[in-house]
Amino acid sequence: MTVLSRRKLITTGLATAAGISGLGVAASLAERYGLVPPDHGGIYGLGETLTYASQRLLTRHSFAREFSPSQISKRPLENEIAPFGEPFKRLQAGGFADWRLTVDGMVDRPASFSLAQLKSYPSRSQITELSCEEGWTYIAEWIGVPLSQVLDLVGTQPHARYVVYFSIEPDWWESIDMADAMHPQTFLTYGMNGNDLPPGNGGPLRLRLPRQLGYKSVKFITHLTVTDNLKKFGKGLGSASPEGGYAWYAGI
Amino acid sequence: MSASRGTIFRVSDSACIPSAASAVPTTTVTSQHSALVRVTHWITTLCFLALVVSGAEIVISHPRFYWGETGNVLTTPLFKLPIPSSRALVPTGYGYVLPDQNGWSRALHFQSAWVVVLTGLLYVISGLFTGHFRKDLLPAKATLSWRSSWAVIAGHLRFKRPSEAQAWSYNVLQRLAYLFVIFILFPLVIWTGLAMSPAFVSAFPATVILLGGRQSARTLHFFVSLALLLFLLVHVAMVCLAGFRSRMRAMITGQTGVRTERT
Repeated sequence: MTVLSRRKLITTGLATAAGISGLGVAASLAERYGLVPPDHGGIYGLGETLTYASQRLLTRHSFAREFSPSQISKRPLENEIAPFGEPFKRLQAGGFADWRLTVDGMVDRPASFSLAQLKSYPSRSQITELSCEEGWTYIAEWIGVPLSQVLDLVGTQPHARYVVYFSIEPDWWESIDMADAMHPQTFLTYGMNGNDLPPGNGGPLRLRLPRQLGYKSVKFITHLTVTDNLKKFGKGLGSASPEGGYAWYAGI
Repeated sequence: MSASRGTIFRVSDSACIPSAASAVPTTTVTSQHSALVRVTHWITTLCFLALVVSGAEIVISHPRFYWGETGNVLTTPLFKLPIPSSRALVPTGYGYVLPDQNGWSRALHFQSAWVVVLTGLLYVISGLFTGHFRKDLLPAKATLSWRSSWAVIAGHLRFKRPSEAQAWSYNVLQRLAYLFVIFILFPLVIWTGLAMSPAFVSAFPATVILLGGRQSARTLHFFVSLALLLFLLVHVAMVCLAGFRSRMRAMITGQTGVRTERT
């Protein structure tokens, strides 16, 4: 063994050891600062974690682009949805007067809101783009109440880490971290382009999250749960999307 | 891991045809691929193949392209690919819908993108430090004339085989092609890809505004990917023409197989 190759062996060994311990430190730091997504296991866990961690750090205070009224799409695409279930049809027949949004979990004052109650709070609007993971997009004016305002009303507890939200349609639920939940552009949306939000676009109530792809903006919301642990929900991957093979975090 | 530390031999770096060699000065070039070049080359190969396959799967879910900010099945496309779709929403003219493969395709696409970007950064940074770009890829000034470029093209058109020594250096067209792929096409494909990320553009809106909108970014991403795919096909064709076994050996083991002298 020559001097050069022995030196090479030692430096390679040291570099490998440094690399592995560096990765260990990075992993524990990422865990502590909430940079590890719930679907980090499996063969694509590396990519999911790198994307979530880097975009969470880059976008904690960033705003989705807002457009001018002239850029609003002429026809907001109502993409395919499964036929509505009986509970939805019953509420629709009543003009959604009995639609309720229940909020529970790690909150001081669990509550249930009617649409009229949500509409009585100061409304906000944003002209943002809905981007589907398939590749198509449209721009609309979304009107609603910021989710942070509802969370402040019920009083989220300090250790809360995620908000899980459920559609009235079965097996349709998602979750977001508190950074996204408290973001000023995250809306409980009940209006679009000056009118009520049509059922085809998620009416009467849709959680709108413009900094992530469309599938995180779940339609027909009836239930929010605040939690510090996503393991208790479904298969423990964070939402229905990873159970169907899609990423929990959809900022990309 | 410097390329210059390996075995070297003297060849003309001008062109792969004898007639042009006399027109330009002879310089010393390193010909052996360094370990870093070989490792990053094969990681990039694997990632690129994964990106092409998963990218094609993603396109199948909406094989229509638009220009500007928005686009969907209610708006006029710039062009449509004449293929069936994996979504019933898209009117393709085909009577059937392909199975949805977007879940794993997207995961594989982004994971491969991460690995190839980090690998590319390692390659570019080390290449700047070791002089890999300056020595192996930057064309000599004298070769950057129409005359010597034409000599290379004419040589190719006449299917002239280069001498053994000349064949182990890069001619001016190869150098320009590699530099174009490394410093133009790869940065462009990364940029146009990032411009489709709603979270990334919330932090850096200029990335999508400069391209004219998210749909423009998607269309450009498609064409830059096609350009990279075209490069891959020509690259593999040239490797086969130049001698598949010796070129593969050189990129796997670092041994060129020609007479070398130890330094």
